[in-house]
This record gives sequence, C-alpha cells and structure tokens, in this order.
Amino acid sequence: MSDSTYKVPTMQEMSAKGEAPEVLFWVGCAGSFDDRYKAVTIAFTKILNKVGINFAVLGPEESCTGDPARRAGNEFLFQMQAMSNIQVLNGYNIKKIVTACPHCFNTIKNEYPELGGNYDVVHHSQFLQGLINEGKVTLKDGGEFKGKKITFHDSCYLGRANGVYEAPRDVIKALDAELVEMKRCKTKGLCCGAGGAQMFKDAEKGNKEINIERTEEALETGAEVIAAGCPFCMTMMGDGVKNKEREHNVKVLDLAELIAKNQGL
Amino acid sequence: MEYISQIAFLLVLAVAAYFLAQRIGSIKKNINLGKEVDRSDNSGQRWKNTFLIAFGQQKMFKKFIPAILHLMIYVGFLVINLEVLEFIIDGVAGTHRIFAPILGDAYTVAINVFEFLAVAVLVSCVAFLLRRNVLNVKRLRSLSGWPKLDGNLILVIEIILMFAILTMNATDMLLQGKDEHYVQTGSFFFSSFLTPLFEGMSVDALVFTERFAWWFHIIGILAFAVYVTYSKHLHIFLAFPNTYFAKLTPNGQMNNMDEVTTEVKSMLGMDAGAPPAEVARLGAKDATDLTWVNLMNAYSCTECGRCTAECPANLTGKKLSPRKIMMDTRDRIDEIGKNIKAGKEAESGSPLFSDDYISAEELNACTSCNACVEACPVSINPLDIILQGRRYMAMEESSSPQSWNSMFQNVETSFAPWKFPPTDRFKWADKLKGEEK
Repeated sequence: MSDSTYKVPTMQEMSAKGEAPEVLFWVGCAGSFDDRYKAVTIAFTKILNKVGINFAVLGPEESCTGDPARRAGNEFLFQMQAMSNIQVLNGYNIKKIVTACPHCFNTIKNEYPELGGNYDVVHHSQFLQGLINEGKVTLKDGGEFKGKKITFHDSCYLGRANGVYEAPRDVIKALDAELVEMKRCKTKGLCCGAGGAQMFKDAEKGNKEINIERTEEALETGAEVIAAGCPFCMTMMGDGVKNKEREHNVKVLDLAELIAKNQGL
Repeated sequence: MEYISQIAFLLVLAVAAYFLAQRIGSIKKNINLGKEVDRSDNSGQRWKNTFLIAFGQQKMFKKFIPAILHLMIYVGFLVINLEVLEFIIDGVAGTHRIFAPILGDAYTVAINVFEFLAVAVLVSCVAFLLRRNVLNVKRLRSLSGWPKLDGNLILVIEIILMFAILTMNATDMLLQGKDEHYVQTGSFFFSSFLTPLFEGMSVDALVFTERFAWWFHIIGILAFAVYVTYSKHLHIFLAFPNTYFAKLTPNGQMNNMDEVTTEVKSMLGMDAGAPPAEVARLGAKDATDLTWVNLMNAYSCTECGRCTAECPANLTGKKLSPRKIMMDTRDRIDEIGKNIKAGKEAESGSPLFSDDYISAEELNACTSCNACVEACPVSINPLDIILQGRRYMAMEESSSPQSWNSMFQNVETSFAPWKFPPTDRFKWADKLKGEEK
C-alpha cells in the first residue's frame, strides 16, 4: 500500500488479495448517507490512515444493523437485517469491529451474539482513547482546542446502555481542553431525543422538543464546543444550536473530528 | 377469665394471618399470570445486587436527603420489628416483657435503641409528609387520588404507631414499682419525655393506657401488614426479589424473540432447528402477555416518580410517564386477577395497551434512553414493557406511526432507514480518493 494518499480498503478487495484487516470499521447508515456525519466518517478514516491501522470497511456490502426497526417493534425486520449482516461478517471471518455509531455499537455488541454474530466491538471513542494511551496518537500542544471549554453530550446508547462514560472524556482531556460538564451528565445524562427510532418520526405532542432542552443545558455551560459521539446526537444538538442561533460561536463536533483537527488532518 | 387476653390475642393473630395469606396468595397468582422468563442464572451477581441495591439502598443515595430519611425508616422498620417478636410471645404466653429478665441491662439498651429508631422514624415521616404536601417536589406533588392518599396514609399510620410505642414505654416506666406485673427495666431515654403527661394518673388509668398502647401497636402493625398488600408500600417486601431477578445484561440489549428467529431462519433457508411452537401473540397487548418479572416490577413500584422525573419525553411535556406505565400495569393485572376470581373471562375490560391504560401516544414517545431504568432505586424496568407494547403494534396490528412504517420499508428495500440507493453507501470515500495524507 502506498503511503502518500488516503486509502479506504473494502473487505471484498482485501479478501480477494487474501489479506485480513486488524479491525473492521463499521460505518453505519448515518456515517454513509448523512452529510454531516460523513465528515465524521472521513475524519476517523484519516486518523486510521495516519496511524497506519490495518482496517477495512464493508462498503456497499454493509447494511442497516436493524436497530431502529427493533426499537420501533419490528423484530422480524431487525432479525432479517441482523442475520444477513452476520452472514457477511462471518463470511469474512471478522473478529474486531469499530464503529462511530453507538446504536450500531450496541446492536452488534449486545444483540448479534444471540443470532450467531460474536465480535469484539468497540466504539470509536474507546478506539481513540486506546490510540492516545498507546502513544500512537500524540496530541499537539497548543492546538486549536487548548484551554477551550468543551462539554460532552453523553449518548444514551454509549453511556447508560453500555456504561461507556470515561473514554470520550479522556479524549477531550487529552486535547488540553477544559472539559465542562452539563447539569445532567453520565448516568443522569439527558437523551438528545432521537434514540428508540425517534429519529425517524416527529415527536409526540408536548411543550418542548427534547433537543432544545438539551441544547439549552449545553449552552449554559458556556462551552464553545459541544462534543458528541453519535450521529443522532450530532443532528439533534446541531439543530438545537441553530434553533438558538448560536452556530456562529458554538460548534457541535464529533470526537474523531476533534482529534483530526488537532492533528491538522 | 385469666386467659381471655391470650385468646383474644391469638384470635387477632389468626385473623391477620388469614387475610395476609389470602392477599399474598392472590398477588402471587397475579404475578404468575405473566409469561415465563428464565432468571435463574448468575446467582452470585444477583445476590450482590440484592445486597447493594435492596439491603444497601445504594441507588437511593443518588439523592442524599431523601436517602437519609428513607434509611431511618428502613432501619427502624427492620429493627423495631424485633420488638414485635416479644409482643407476640408476651401476647400468647400472657407474660410481660419476657426478654427483660433474660437480657438484663442489655434489654434496657435494646429498648433505648428501639426508641431512638422510633423517634428517627417519626421525624422522617413528618419530613416526608412535608415533602409530599408542602414542599414543591414535583414528582410527589403530581400524584392525586388514591396514590396520593395512600402515600400520606402510610406516613400517618407510621407516626401513630411510633407514638404508641413511646406511650406504652412511658406508662410502663411509671407502673414499674407500682404494679408487680411490670418488670423493672431501667429507664428509657426518649419515652421519659412523655412521662410528665401521665404522672397524675391512677394506677388503673395507667394500666389501661399502657395496655391500650400495647394492643394498639400490635393490632396496628398487623393491620398495616395487611394494608401494605393493597398499597404501593408493597415494595418493603418485593424490593428484595425484584432486585434479585432484575435484568443483568447491558441496559441497551433488547431481548431476542426466539420465535421470530426460528421463522426468519427458515425464511432465509438456514437450519432453523425444531419447527416453531404455535406463537400466541407477538409482543404484548395485555398484561398477561408480559413476563412475570414485568408484573413483579409493577407490584414492587412504590410510585416515587424518580423514573418520570428523569424521562426526557415527560420532561418536555409529552404524555409518557414511566411511573404511570408501572401503575397501569399493576392496575390491569389486578383487574385480570379479579376477573378470574369472579369467574369472568380473564381478559374482560380494556387491555393494558389501550387508551384506558397505556395509549399508543405514550408508547411511541419513548426514546429508549434507559433514564427510567437507571433512576429506579429497586431495579424496575418500565422500558421493557414499553418495547413489548411496540412489538405488538408493529407486528400484529401494523399500527406504528406512518413515518415508522416508511422507515421499515426503507430498511427492507434500501437497507438503510433513509431512502438512498444502497449503491451510494460507499460514496463518502470518493472524497478521499487521491487526497494527500
């Protein structure tokens, strides 16, 4: 592999060459199709390239994990999706998976084993934390986030669903930024409003949108960056910041984007 | 004549035991109306959770003030009930403070500890009454009707019972030395504050007051035990099995429907094993479609509202309230239990998932964020019930919201929840092609 340009090898290409990746990057539907989240996919891919991780993606062979179908009650559709994904993954003899979507992370990690899919699954925040700890990614001092207030919005499917609270925070701390916590964080974190397939329908009648409530809380911290680790949270918080007309001075960025920016990628 | 009080006591005991057994039996029957689910695994972890969460009150301590007040009532309840043992022996044998001569000075110490706890319970109950009725604690103030009355009644009853203990001890102390039936026990610190109230009384009046307080306390406790089985206060017993049998898998993991797996496997031409057993119903339409753990959850709920106070949907004014999910589930399974007892069709009345109990609007509003599950001090899982209701809506009724049906269609045909051609899935990588590192 030449080292001068970014590469995104697919599993199909790799296995044709008889090679196996160290880790499969599960991109997810949002990471593939959502314009905002595609930037996160690209940022993470650049980091993987830069560090020289031997990875691959499924590309066109990837399919929805079935998470939104299952949460909305359609168990048939979920299992159809899950089993065909498992057939593909097992066909390539995949062992380790990293994904930037907590919904994909939760489903593949916790729900695929019962259907015959057993993999070592990590969320990209954990993967990045590992790279930093191992010294494979050394963050530049005085980078653009040094001393800046960053708040992390816990994704329910990463935090309460799977108990991952520290990895994303470690990543932010490594940037030499000032991590400020919202009133509701970690186990008490407030949902962005999009989980449980809410992303795919209008909210029920109420007196407020959940993402507005959460954005207000994030803005109260005085943070210039709202860090997220989930495509749904990213959309919801981004919309919230726009609704509050604060997009000129408050950015919603994914953890991979924070690192990529620090590295000048 | 001399055995009359012992006979009366045994009678009271027998009546209480009868009603208690009846109630326990019917609650057990109702819980067993739920579907089977295996929670016999991993007993080590289960005991650990029971010790930490139920005995150790671990999750209560997320909020310090109510946790301390609750702890005093909890410890008071556990320890003061040791004294009930003496009440029962005395009542049956016609003795008075049978442990006093046996334990000597230790008895005085023990009763002083009980009195301290009685006062602590009293103070806590008064504080809880204030929180419920005067202070602006939204999750408590938002209750009305029977749930509100039930909460207040419990606290008032406990206050009266604690006063009965202190009155009994105060008059007892005054009678020691005046009536040989009353054993010398040494003085009790807290009830001695009450003695001035009774000092002017004749011996007969004192004996009457002391006996009245004794009977009042023991009948009160027995009546309370029966009352508890009709009340949200059932958590004092069920919190223990409820934490033991709680889900151990990660919160985010939804349970797999094996009956669907068999069918999907045969659709995909995979080896499906044994042909699927006749599946009565996919998901839950009524309380009997839920598991016995869901139903035990419902009886364990003490309606504290910590779940609802954390629910993002509820916080933003939507109808969904996890507390209501649990209360509705209990009300419905109670109704089904009564139907069966009355010889009516079990499913008479509105099913659990209908506008009379849990409406589609409530079900659909859930973000599955697990805040309610995390918030519950006794490991109740309202989310599990919600998701089973959604399964029925999606798979049996096809009554999911229209936009969810479109999402289902997209997943089915485009393999993504959005309608993009699957061939575009890898287009994001084009941007990187040839870009210098």
